[in-house]
Amino acid sequence: MLEFLIQLKDFISQPWPWWVAGMMIAFILFILLFFGKEFGISANFRVMCAAEGAGEYSDFFKFDWQSQGWNLMVVLGAMFGGYISAHYLSSADGNVAHISSETVESLKGLGLTYSEGEVPLVPEFYSWSSLFTLRGLIIIAGGGFLIGFGARYAGGCTSGHAISGLSALQISSLIAVIGFFIGGLLMTYLIFPFLFG
Amino acid sequence: MRYFKYIIVGVLFGITMFKSEAVSWFRIYEMFHFQSFHMYGIIFSSVVLGMGIVTFIKWRHFKSIKGEEIIIPDKQKSIPRYLIGGTIFGLGWAMAGVCPGPMFVLMGSGYTVFVVFLASAMFGTFVYGLLRDKLPH
Repeated sequence: MLEFLIQLKDFISQPWPWWVAGMMIAFILFILLFFGKEFGISANFRVMCAAEGAGEYSDFFKFDWQSQGWNLMVVLGAMFGGYISAHYLSSADGNVAHISSETVESLKGLGLTYSEGEVPLVPEFYSWSSLFTLRGLIIIAGGGFLIGFGARYAGGCTSGHAISGLSALQISSLIAVIGFFIGGLLMTYLIFPFLFG
Repeated sequence: MRYFKYIIVGVLFGITMFKSEAVSWFRIYEMFHFQSFHMYGIIFSSVVLGMGIVTFIKWRHFKSIKGEEIIIPDKQKSIPRYLIGGTIFGLGWAMAGVCPGPMFVLMGSGYTVFVVFLASAMFGTFVYGLLRDKLPH
């Protein structure tokens, strides 16, 4: 029995192929629908603002946020999931991003030099000390702001639009996803050369 | 205990995001350079399966755990809202290399600096709430 559990843990600890992740996400979508809810992570930002009393400043935050407690539990669980994965389910080569050799090569153009198989999951500029550098501050504080503002403006993020919305054949979500890619490509090709220049 | 099941769902989501490397800035960078099928595979396969699930639910009038019919409301119809809002989100997604879900997963995995990221995202949402009446929807 113990032997089996160790084998199971080792099996889960391998890097997951895309289709396993796709199946898991679809399962999560289904289970939330079955519970009578809809999968959407960024709605939590609005809930958190409302819980902090933002309703005093805008009617957008005057709603029954307590009824959204289930969604806060999902992100709480996601934090536990991150903890468990990083500490107990890391793969044999550590918490590494197995990106293509082409990507490793093009990262050098940004001044991010790694050898293949040693690319971390998260780049070095995600640290407390980099908040005191201009680039770190722009990426962490600016990126957070754009994501919080854009997700609420568009009415959803990757989970709400790209997964839930497209699954329910919503044209609105398709437009939003096209927007995600317009923004993403603008950032990658036009702004990164300045940010990492 | 009625919240417990949602924590389990979240744990599954967190492990999935982490183990599939969808939490990685480098995976997002790779996706926007079209250098790997990985991220597209995750999104496409979950959407194709999701379409099957939604179609099945509607076709069989599948009931929720409470015995009620599962209703998936249509999104509001608009172009500027989704296009502009989506583009702003996309700028942040590519720059930060994380979307809202992975942000929480990474925070839990030990990158405590994402607390600042979360505060900024909440501030962004707050500013949207203030400006909402003035923005095209």
